[in-house]
Amino acid sequence: MTFEVIGTYAVGLCLLIGGAFALIGTIGLLKFNDSMTRLHAPTKVGTIGVGAILLASVINSFVSGEGSMHELLIMAFLFVTAPISANFIAKVNIHKRACDTPPSPPRDDTWSTLAVPEADRSLADQNAKV
Amino acid sequence: MTRALNWIFPHPLLTVMLAVVWIMLQNEFSAGMAVFGVILGIIITKITAIWWPERPGGMRVGKMLAYMLIVIWDILVANIQVAWIVLTKPNSKLRPAWIVVPLDLRQPEAITLLAGTITLTPGTVSADLSDEGHSLLVHVLHTEDPDADRDGIKERYESRLKEIFA
Repeated sequence: MTFEVIGTYAVGLCLLIGGAFALIGTIGLLKFNDSMTRLHAPTKVGTIGVGAILLASVINSFVSGEGSMHELLIMAFLFVTAPISANFIAKVNIHKRACDTPPSPPRDDTWSTLAVPEADRSLADQNAKV
Repeated sequence: MTRALNWIFPHPLLTVMLAVVWIMLQNEFSAGMAVFGVILGIIITKITAIWWPERPGGMRVGKMLAYMLIVIWDILVANIQVAWIVLTKPNSKLRPAWIVVPLDLRQPEAITLLAGTITLTPGTVSADLSDEGHSLLVHVLHTEDPDADRDGIKERYESRLKEIFA
């Protein structure tokens, strides 16, 4: 078993794992039936799915003799930005009442998404009726 | 002297990080590229310093590395659990729930890290902060016992973050 052969098997294994998790994430996106549970499927694709495929790319670049570190950057930026997009989708769901209204917080008045300034309250009520 | 240094490097860590990112983008190391990376790091931090006047407080690097390893392990385990739920649980048996996590953390950086960790581990998404920032709203995909999940988050992540940013 040479280094190349082991490397090639490792690349194949990583690609399979990444592909499988991306597929499961997509199945979850199709299967779940409300917008909040659907949000959970892409977080899986974003972590293991993309992570394993990028790992395959790193191993492949080292096996073929020209090391590459771009993938680490991709992973770092992905891990920093993915929670923000998920957070915004969740906030839109709460704002549009597309999910169960969350229980109110124990110490403060309300959740920041639901906090409407006094001046805009009549507008918010109108929107809620429509 | 320190004032001059503070003027050139409003955010020293950010300067170093931008330089490292620049070198990694080049994918090969050369002295010229390193110098150019540092120059970029100084210019960008200088321009954006108006919107970010205060430096974030220090953290313990060793504990931070340990925390990252724990989070990566949790991501792996939680991925398999959620994959199992997706493939085997019918929608009617799924029990999604809101969890309210009261926060002991006060630093914005620490709360951001906690919220990011919760979202990255599959099965939980951090959805919102309360208006004064004393609690975090988390949505779980499937849970038998929401209170146990809340205590798990506080014990496993928040207590460690408290030590890191102490």
